[in-house]
Amino acid sequence: MSDYETFLLDGRPVRFERGQTILEAALAAGHYIPNLCHHPEFKPHGSCKLCTIKVNGRYGSACTVKAMPGQEVSSDTPELNGNRRVLLQMLFVEGSHFCPGCEKSGNCALQALAYDLEMLTPHYAHFYPSRPLDASHPDVLIDFNRCIMCELCVRASREVDGKNVFALAGRGVASHVVVNSPSGKLADTDFALTDKAAHICPVGAILPKRVGFAVPIGSRTYDVDAISTLAERRATEEA
Amino acid sequence: MTKTGKAHETELDRVLDRNRRDRGRLVQILREAQAIEGWIPPETVTAIAQGLGMAIGEVESTLEFYSFFYRRPRGDYVVLFSDNITDRMLGNQAIFEHMARRFGVARGEVSPDGLVSLDFTSCTGLCDQGPAILVNGIAIPKMTLRRADQIHDLIRSKVPVSDWPKDLFEIDHNIRRADMLLGSDFMPGSALKAAIAMGPEAFLTEVKRSNLRGRGGAGFTTGVKWEAAKKAQADERFIVCNADEGEPGTFKDRVLLQFYPERVFEGMALAGFVTGARHGLVYLRGEYLYLLAPLEEKLAELRAGRLLGRAIQGVEGFDFDIEIHMGAGAYICGEETALIESLEGKAGRPRIRPPFPVVCGYRNKPTVVNNVETLCKVTEIALQGGAGYEGFGTKQSTGTKILSVSGDCERPGIYEYPFGVRVGQVLDDCGARSPKAVQISGPAGTCLGIREFGRRIAFEDVPTAGAFMVFGEHRDMFAVAHNFAHFFAHESCGFCTPCRVGTAIQAKIMDKIAAGHATQYEMNELQHLHDVMRTGSHCGLGQTAGGAIADTIGKFRDDYEQKLARKDFEPAFDLDAALARARAVTGRDDADSHMLDHA
Ligand SMILES: Cc1cc2nc3c(=O)[nH]c(=O)nc-3n(C[C@H](O)[C@H](O)[C@H](O)COP(=O)(O)O)c2cc1C
Ligand code: SF4
Ligand code: SF4
Ligand code: FES
Repeated sequence: MSDYETFLLDGRPVRFERGQTILEAALAAGHYIPNLCHHPEFKPHGSCKLCTIKVNGRYGSACTVKAMPGQEVSSDTPELNGNRRVLLQMLFVEGSHFCPGCEKSGNCALQALAYDLEMLTPHYAHFYPSRPLDASHPDVLIDFNRCIMCELCVRASREVDGKNVFALAGRGVASHVVVNSPSGKLADTDFALTDKAAHICPVGAILPKRVGFAVPIGSRTYDVDAISTLAERRATEEA
Repeated sequence: MTKTGKAHETELDRVLDRNRRDRGRLVQILREAQAIEGWIPPETVTAIAQGLGMAIGEVESTLEFYSFFYRRPRGDYVVLFSDNITDRMLGNQAIFEHMARRFGVARGEVSPDGLVSLDFTSCTGLCDQGPAILVNGIAIPKMTLRRADQIHDLIRSKVPVSDWPKDLFEIDHNIRRADMLLGSDFMPGSALKAAIAMGPEAFLTEVKRSNLRGRGGAGFTTGVKWEAAKKAQADERFIVCNADEGEPGTFKDRVLLQFYPERVFEGMALAGFVTGARHGLVYLRGEYLYLLAPLEEKLAELRAGRLLGRAIQGVEGFDFDIEIHMGAGAYICGEETALIESLEGKAGRPRIRPPFPVVCGYRNKPTVVNNVETLCKVTEIALQGGAGYEGFGTKQSTGTKILSVSGDCERPGIYEYPFGVRVGQVLDDCGARSPKAVQISGPAGTCLGIREFGRRIAFEDVPTAGAFMVFGEHRDMFAVAHNFAHFFAHESCGFCTPCRVGTAIQAKIMDKIAAGHATQYEMNELQHLHDVMRTGSHCGLGQTAGGAIADTIGKFRDDYEQKLARKDFEPAFDLDAALARARAVTGRDDADSHMLDHA
């Protein structure tokens, strides 16, 4: 046996270290698997399901399934990408995403994935939820209409900032992020612009105030390169 | 009935103290705190958060998850109508409307005098004696217009529910066919005695030899599960009895808990004996609140008889006791990891597996989760040995299975059969005159049509957690699937995208079909949604939520097609509806006020 182990991702061997998930190993090796709720600094969450793959014929989440020697994993297939498009469409219609008017446009992982996976329309009828804005904080604005319930802010605030500012409440489509204060307002917490949670939102739900259009739309991160290309390039740079 | 601030505070303090100010008991605390005023005002949330040293959002996270917790005032009498398809077939909607009219209150609202609120709720597990309702959490079966009037009068004259005529609350066991389990006498302590005589190792070998498989749905081999928990490295282990029984159409655990509780508890003690666990927890669904007091009494009795507690039956070192936790209206809490989250006081969102509960479960300790019926079955194995048990049923499904039969048949109720019984046999036995379909194992299960009535109830053919809902030839199977679609949308925990959003879209499409606005296009959409939910969802709920629709489209397509609009496509946006208000305001109804499509 060789001194490293591999599994097959879409027919190509991928090296991994014991304990890595399929997603971690794939990303480290420069192979992109779509993902939204994953973040390298946090424990696997497994809620967005964009990373759904097939492992030895069974469906699973690449971000939670551990890599094992000899696994045959498929990810970049018409079926799986088709399902991913549906998941993106679900997230788009569940919230309210008016990209042209959103400061996150071009830096948003949801939008970037939609481009990359060639989602052309929202397809389903919009839910038009009514989720109030929270502009109470001096430095940070929250527009929960764009929230995709990835709980990254919840996790970052709890695990990194040690503040526990957010929580996911409700059930089903009524699920929503709440702010931990008696008023439910961000201003009444010890949240600060320097918090990890202030910068972790993959979409435009949590935004710093007063930085509108510093970089013009069209020149932003994912405007220039596809999210998959960027992830793959990052891996080569790190290697 | 609002209490003054001070009195409220003292009562809340008492609730917190009684629960040892343990945040792990948050679901129990919220349940008891709600009893003070019938709802949970914001100050109570703050006080609970302070009392438990939690963030307010964390308390809200649990509070908002469960259907039976209220953040807005409810009536002094909260009346909830069970809304399973079987309740509907028995006419629950007409009775609901009758009551709503008499009280002058709309669905989901509180009457202006604050006396009563009315709503629907998911299946309450009384399908064989429906339509059923819950009044302030207590079940009343066999609703009729007459009963509705009687209840109306009791509420109007403000009689406390505890003083209502006892016959209203009488629940029958309706055991129609008893076999190995339901038909045999059981002497409390006898199974323990037999197991103690064998010793834990030898008894585990018997459980494995029996090839007993879990009766909660997934069919995992019980002996293997116990062995894994026993072998897991830990200083503490737990046995959990899954009495959530939320799958619509299932009510056999209710009968076991009400009429065979010593079997259930002894099964838990046996699991403790084998695995070395000293703590047992029963997760009892909120809908079965009326069983709480008798079950607590039974526990006290067993403790007194040294069948629970310290040194059981005099065996030094064999300590095992049981505590009952109440659920609060969430079907997902039947899923074992969501159940554990709920036991820990949190919202019932399923965990990532692995690790499995047998390794890392309640409080991150090895935990065996078993269904009520499974636990009853192990008492049989202790008494008869694994080999004797093997002879019953089929090769891969040993022993007997209890079915909860409801719907269009003359004798709904509980039927115990050896595994392998044909669906047609059950239909004959229950007096189903002209069945068109049977939904087996609930909305999450399988819908069988006439041509499949020769199939067998067994893990290798048609597996089931117990539900067996019969639909007569006059029934509309679209209406059945429509009911299920709303059930899933209501019960999705919301954690993962495909189920949270998919079940909602699915329910909307079913509404569109029901309203006569859908076309072939929507039929294809439903199939596609089912594929995405089935392959991508985090847990069994989302994975099966489109199954009944796919089955009924496949087998009863006519029931859908009758409702389709004769067009290729109709948009979700309804121009006429959108303009209705503007037209009303402007008083215009002339041809130019809209662009009606007369095609
Ligand atoms: C959505 C969902 C709901 C479930 N509900 C129940 C339930 O009400 N009762 C039950 O025993 N098992 C239920 N299960 C199965 C449990 O997760 C678990 O497999 C079972 O309790 C194990 O017990 P057993 O091995 O004795 O069958 C449910 C599973 C899912 C996915
Ligand atoms: S606010 Fe942003 S980070 Fe937080 S859950 Fe929503 S999408 Fe995720
Ligand atoms: S499948 Fe449904 S119930 Fe299960 S975790 Fe996902 S959202 Fe929750
Ligand atoms: S990245 Fe795997 S589920 Fe979200």
